[in-house]
Amino acid sequence: MSVVVKIPTQLRAVAGGEAEAQIDGATVREVLDGLFERHQELRVRIADDDGSLRRFVNVYVAGEDIRFLDGLATPVADGAELTILPAVAGG
Amino acid sequence: MAVSHLQCKECKAEYPLEALYVCERCFGPLEVVYDHSRTSRDLGELRRRIQGGPQNIWRYADFLPATAYGRGAPGGPPVPSGGATRLGLPAGCTPLIRADRLAARLGLREVWVKNDAANPTHSFKDRVVSVAVTRARELGFETIACASTGNLANSVAAHGAALGLDSYVFIPADLEEQKVLATGVYGTRLVGVKGNYDDVNRLCTELCAERDWAFVNINLRPYYAEGSKTLAFEIAEQLGWQLPDRCVVPIASGSLFTKIAAGFREWTELGLIDSPTRPLPRMNGAQADGCSPVASAFADGHEVCRPVKPDTIAKSLAIGNPADGPYALELARNTGGSVDAVSDDEIRAGIKLLAETTGIFTETAGGVTTAVLAKLAERGDIDPDERVVLVITGEGLKTLDAVRGSFETTTIEPTLEAFENSVAQTVSV
Repeated sequence: MSVVVKIPTQLRAVAGGEAEAQIDGATVREVLDGLFERHQELRVRIADDDGSLRRFVNVYVAGEDIRFLDGLATPVADGAELTILPAVAGG
Repeated sequence: MAVSHLQCKECKAEYPLEALYVCERCFGPLEVVYDHSRTSRDLGELRRRIQGGPQNIWRYADFLPATAYGRGAPGGPPVPSGGATRLGLPAGCTPLIRADRLAARLGLREVWVKNDAANPTHSFKDRVVSVAVTRARELGFETIACASTGNLANSVAAHGAALGLDSYVFIPADLEEQKVLATGVYGTRLVGVKGNYDDVNRLCTELCAERDWAFVNINLRPYYAEGSKTLAFEIAEQLGWQLPDRCVVPIASGSLFTKIAAGFREWTELGLIDSPTRPLPRMNGAQADGCSPVASAFADGHEVCRPVKPDTIAKSLAIGNPADGPYALELARNTGGSVDAVSDDEIRAGIKLLAETTGIFTETAGGVTTAVLAKLAERGDIDPDERVVLVITGEGLKTLDAVRGSFETTTIEPTLEAFENSVAQTVSV
């Protein structure tokens, strides 16, 4: 299954300048691992040593925060959009 | 000017003072760093500079991140006489009111209300927008924008109008009517997004990468957040260069809560505070039960917040994924404070309590804050001798639904007989 990963501007420099990447995977974890394999520098930027995402990283599948789904185990459908964004607040 | 650079709060990487908000190395948030080594150590002179400044937040220009317009900026234009209000709406210098009747009701001795509803668009957001928009203009932006739960919408739209800048305001489509009306009237481009604030925020974070706009609370966020420090500066100045013992502050994203403490800390370190007995006041955060990710994490002893889907009448605090949550938790714990949550009924009671004892009509967020103060007092957390400041961030006229049905009006014919029969008999007149 192929997923479109949307890469935030702050990370594009270490993703070959790409704004999007087509990655295969059945879960968020598999997709992110695929992305990290393609762009190794990305891993240290947004993931902790234990493989979990840093606390200021938000990941969305079809617009929904994966923390409301199954986290990294959230399944992704073929053609789904996975968005990585920095956590920012305001009000 | 003392403003130096941007720095990642997590890994301390340094960045220039541009429209940046995220660390490229670790994705942590960026904040403004100051170098006060050239700030005067002559306390008398420093205080006189502040007191001689304009009657708005720019009296604290030495501690704010606007380079070109600040006093003493090398080669920069001077601040015009009569204050720096041409930079936008004159935010700040709101009343700090001693609330003896509220204190008596709660069994406390000294309670002060910082009434930030007395800002140009009736909430504390004018402080942060004033700073963000000033910096946005310095950086050459011609369009300002925001993701808002309402109060920020009002302020961005009004600042756009005041400064002749284009503005785009994104709000949850189901926002209170009063806040929608008080935004659209300024002629902004108002966009209602089907979803909650966190959906609006996500959309705007994506848009921020696509448009060359100054989103005040996204790419201008490091500057924007600094505006909240002026609440601390004013409280300290109004108390005669002293710190309160405790502050009760609402928490949505956690930015206001942490920046008030940052303001107190900055002044204590510079020696502007008279003989502080402790480095910071006890900081108590206030949330609504229907959106309490920070209060829940505090109660559970967690260091990070689990996001929630908001469901509360306190819509201005309805941020389910608070980015400054971890810092708010740390601050509450380090100062011996807490983060508490109250129910919608307690919020309504809080609005009424503040109104009936102080004459101040606050919005639902202020109801949350007042209700948390009442809860702390009831729980015995507050020493009766403490000097407590209650930070009221917004105006009751913006959330009228919260008080609808909370009292009765007697309607009578315009005759003395009708008055005697229907009013005088039920009330001792």
